[in-house]
Amino acid sequence: MTSPLQRKLVSDFTTPGVRNITGATAQDKMRQMMRVAGMLPVLLLLCVGFSLMSESFFSAQNFSIISQQASINVVLASGLTFVILTGGIDLSVGSILAVSAVVALLVSQVPGFAPLAIAAGLGVGLLLGLVNGALVAFGKLPAFIVTLGGLTAMRGIARLIGEDKTVFNPDLSFAYIGNDTLFGVPWLVVIAMVVVTLSWLILRRTVLGVQIYAVGGNPEAARLSGIKVWKVLLFVYALSGLLAGVGAIMTSARLMAANGLQMGQSYELDAIAAVILGGTRFTGGVGTIIGTLIGALIIATLSNGLILLGVSDIWQYIIKGVVIIGAVALDRFRQTGART
Amino acid sequence: MLSTGSESPPLALLEMRSISKSFNGVRVLHDIDLSIFPGQIHALMGENGAGKSTLMKILSGAYIADSGTIRIDGCDIRNYGLNDAKRHGISVIYQELSLCANMSVVENIYLGREIRRCGVVNHKAMTEGAQVVLKRLGVTFDPHALVGTLSIADQQLVEIARAIHADTRILVMDEPTTPLSSKETESLFTLIRQLRDDGVAIIYISHRMAEIYALSDFVSVLRDGHYVGSLDRATLSAETLVRMMVGRDVSGFYAHERPSCSYEKPILRVRNLTDGSNIKDCSFDLYAGEILGIAGLVGSGRTELARLIAGVDAYSGGQIEIDGKVVVIRSPRDAGNAGIAYLTEDRKALGLFLDMSVHDNINVCVVGSDALFAGFVSRTAGTGRAEQAIQTLNIKASSDINVGALSGGNQQKVLLARLLEMKPRVLFLDEPTSGVDIGAKTEIYKIINALAASGVCVVMISSELPEIVGIADRVLVMCEGKLVTELGGHSGLDITPETIIAFATGSDRLTLANGDLVQ
Repeated sequence: MTSPLQRKLVSDFTTPGVRNITGATAQDKMRQMMRVAGMLPVLLLLCVGFSLMSESFFSAQNFSIISQQASINVVLASGLTFVILTGGIDLSVGSILAVSAVVALLVSQVPGFAPLAIAAGLGVGLLLGLVNGALVAFGKLPAFIVTLGGLTAMRGIARLIGEDKTVFNPDLSFAYIGNDTLFGVPWLVVIAMVVVTLSWLILRRTVLGVQIYAVGGNPEAARLSGIKVWKVLLFVYALSGLLAGVGAIMTSARLMAANGLQMGQSYELDAIAAVILGGTRFTGGVGTIIGTLIGALIIATLSNGLILLGVSDIWQYIIKGVVIIGAVALDRFRQTGART
Repeated sequence: MLSTGSESPPLALLEMRSISKSFNGVRVLHDIDLSIFPGQIHALMGENGAGKSTLMKILSGAYIADSGTIRIDGCDIRNYGLNDAKRHGISVIYQELSLCANMSVVENIYLGREIRRCGVVNHKAMTEGAQVVLKRLGVTFDPHALVGTLSIADQQLVEIARAIHADTRILVMDEPTTPLSSKETESLFTLIRQLRDDGVAIIYISHRMAEIYALSDFVSVLRDGHYVGSLDRATLSAETLVRMMVGRDVSGFYAHERPSCSYEKPILRVRNLTDGSNIKDCSFDLYAGEILGIAGLVGSGRTELARLIAGVDAYSGGQIEIDGKVVVIRSPRDAGNAGIAYLTEDRKALGLFLDMSVHDNINVCVVGSDALFAGFVSRTAGTGRAEQAIQTLNIKASSDINVGALSGGNQQKVLLARLLEMKPRVLFLDEPTSGVDIGAKTEIYKIINALAASGVCVVMISSELPEIVGIADRVLVMCEGKLVTELGGHSGLDITPETIIAFATGSDRLTLANGDLVQ
């Protein structure tokens, strides 16, 4: 481990008590902790508020409902966390979800091919994500444009292959995913937790994770460090597409049907909201998957609580929008406040 | 101060008195005095970092001086700012172009002072006004052309056209000829002289000795933020100017205790390297254990040369050999594999990941080697490496804090640590001590010496002459994209600040052409 050079350098520099951690460090640690905790206080506040206002809110059953409602958004938002960490955006996840769901349902209807339905759905998602990634990484096109085009085009494709009708399958082989539990935990929640755990592992424990943060934080420095930036970009968009495929399986398992027109409609907006609420910086380089999880839970809790309170659909939209902007403004204020 | 004879001295148009300025506690200007007279071309000289640009930014109101007074037409102006500069007709042409590429020439010339009629922009009047100015500059391009479509030289002319309008009384030009050809330079000089004859005061910043001779009535020299002195045309000489600009003691703080290099077998051979624009036909050899300095003015191509060899930019001609074998370098990755590492001059923009930890910044290049299975990395290897580097390079921070929170010196050491993890055989250091305090500087010099002593070839690019002179075994001097000379080694020329300046500014050619140095 110690080469002659290092020994020489050590002898040149090592003075007793060199490891002095400055005051700025402690402050910095505090700031990083706040960043990780992020929106957790907001989530807890919402829970307390709704518990006080509605009797039916604080129950195991309701929490199970909230977590199931959040699960699909958690999966999509996890994919978006990767994309946004590199400084990109993926607006097409809702439409990819629709294509994957229609394909999965169609395959499940073909006699003898039912077991392949899940693989088909995931495969289509992965493929469409790779197309996005290739256009961004090799075509050097802005991610916003590529995935905005994808949002529209893939919605059309979903309607085209489903012949613009709802595809039903009352004997859907993977319907259990939408309706059953594994050791008492709904399958939807299990899948979401697995996705979050794997995402956390990739971001925190792999070479790729370091490179994702590097590309988002300083793309030019990443290139100079010998990182293959194209590989990182291809990966994040492919993953986002794959997770949209996972979302497709989850959604269609619940409905036992798929509809190219309506499925996944504006899901990308909820997913982006979750990522941003979770403290991921929109320009990339900063953010955590746990933050995204909390962000998605805030959105689900808010919807659930407002429904329980009997707030009209119209007001729910307005309140959700205000909470998203307000929460992020609060976060920004808190961070700049902590700096001075 | 000005030797104009016995008659009463003319009234100074502008007087700057005891101007001081600090950035982050580092004093960059110390009590500068400067008087500017109408109808004179006043040249301002000094090494890079001497404080010329800062002083001019104070004059333009972009920076506020910490102390001192600014007097125009004999009246003190309090809280001198951007509007005062504008009101008194002070125009500044900065080194970096500040044009909007997406707008037309006319719109750029009148940016911020559009001619209005009834609140509506009067395009006709602006076009006519612009045509008058452009004609005066002798330009041929269409005033409605988008600035982004013009060549850099033409853009520079637009910048000049913007600065000279009817109200201009003081015109500051910061190395205006850098992008211009000799013909364009000549017409610019004609224009400058014409402006002077119209009574405009001109402050002209340049490193090129020939330009100073051709233009200036008066030369003032800054060094390390201090005013050194002034010369008028009668007393102007290249030797005096160089001595005034350098005039520093090269002390022993560059720590030079290592065996001298043998110069037997080169590790790196660069032959006729060309990029088609900035770098022309550069060839040199690099030997194990030596520190090679590359000196030259900003813009002479030092950084560009290093970037070509480090795979950051693509070269269009020439070849690079390592240990006698030709290597093809197309990306920083190729360079890394060939054992070449490059420390960028802009560590924040091009080097560090400010939102990532010291640990991740040090490991980012080599993290792949820690992979266990499926890309999962062992944290222990990386942690060990980071801790080792923190100790060896004396980085004053723990490994888990963000690099953005560190001081310049510690940031630089983190970046250096990252490169050292790649175990380079050839290490390019581009301005390794810029923005670094004196203590960290000394430590970085020690690291560089230790690296050379262990057999690494170090190439050091620096604008600080004493640094190059103090640390390098050999020095290559660049001027306008070419390697013009070698100093030290077997060249027979001594490494002194004076010779470096002479070759870097091209005044050696003046000396040869013109024995007494006066035009």
